Amino acid sequence: MTWNWKTGGIALGLAIFLAVLLVKPVGVSTQFVILDAIVADQLNPDLITRTDEGAWTSTNAYLAKGNGKYAKHAANPLNYSFVFVIALMVGAGISAWLRGGNGREDNRVPALWRANFGDAAWKRNLAAFAGGFIVLYGARLAGGCTSGHMMSGLMQTSLSGYIFTLGAFAAAIPVALMMYRKDAEQ
Amino acid sequence: MSIFLALLIGGLFGFVLDRIGATNPTVLGRMLALVNLGLMKAILLAIGLGSILMFAGQMIGLVDVGHMSVKTAYIGVFVGGLLLGTGWAIGGYCPGTGLAGAAGGRRDALYFIAGGLLGAAAYMVTYPSVKAMGLLEKIAGGKVTIGAVPGSGYDGLIGMRGDVLGILLGLAFVAVAFALPENPRKREAAPVAAE
Repeated sequence: MTWNWKTGGIALGLAIFLAVLLVKPVGVSTQFVILDAIVADQLNPDLITRTDEGAWTSTNAYLAKGNGKYAKHAANPLNYSFVFVIALMVGAGISAWLRGGNGREDNRVPALWRANFGDAAWKRNLAAFAGGFIVLYGARLAGGCTSGHMMSGLMQTSLSGYIFTLGAFAAAIPVALMMYRKDAEQ
Repeated sequence: MSIFLALLIGGLFGFVLDRIGATNPTVLGRMLALVNLGLMKAILLAIGLGSILMFAGQMIGLVDVGHMSVKTAYIGVFVGGLLLGTGWAIGGYCPGTGLAGAAGGRRDALYFIAGGLLGAAAYMVTYPSVKAMGLLEKIAGGKVTIGAVPGSGYDGLIGMRGDVLGILLGLAFVAVAFALPENPRKREAAPVAAE
């Protein structure tokens, strides 16, 4: 079952500490760009290229920035950050499986959504799709997401982490208060 | 070795995200609508504990200061935060929990990921105009921490020693985690129901 906040908080704290102890702070949203770049490079092999000096670069300005860091990672997906995100999915999948899953109904439409907007899966899926679009556009503009900016950023006392967290909650709380007026058991 | 560590730390992080309920849009929505703050308390405790362990570890030489990775501060961080917050409330997932939720069997998380891949692609395409708008110009020195952490190479906003301040802020996060009510609305309603 889901852990209480103390057990969960200690476990999560140890996980993000272990990350910075052994390698580097956790982060996720960059890997959406890397996966996009891997797919796009299959469709258009001219997207990611190497210079005569052997450095990775791209015809896309975003992939080419920072000395082609993203282009390099898309060309070599077997790197720490990409495998980290794959492993994140495996770990979450194992946890969900061990606790017996979320139930067929909740997997289709989560309880809080159902209480407020009904049982139609297409509505929920449309909202999830739109939400995903806005979240990742925002995360790339911000240069990180809840993992990289909020958890890792605040943990390191970085100014950008505070700015990001302020922005995220300033928008998320009013939107949630407007959307989820009816409560549901979790 | 780095791939082994990625599997270990990523796997642990994903497992814990699921166990604290972060992969459940109902838990997330109830947190953001200020109905149940259990998840918020867990995240604050985690950040505080992580901070204390990291900075204390640096002071005794156990943690390599070079492992820190501070991101640049610029106006787009705030604007992007506003966008992410909006989508977070609508979609019920952030990038990590969307992936984790899909792995746990949630169908809507697959749509969130598809939207996310398209949103990231949209940013790749519009990046030159975002840059031209000046949204990416760094503020307050860019890669800075609140206090300068010895050996990190990052400047501090204020004169205090960054690692000492980091431990104090970590303790503050832990204190806030304990002080926040788990059910802020029910607590108000409780005395009325008892009468």
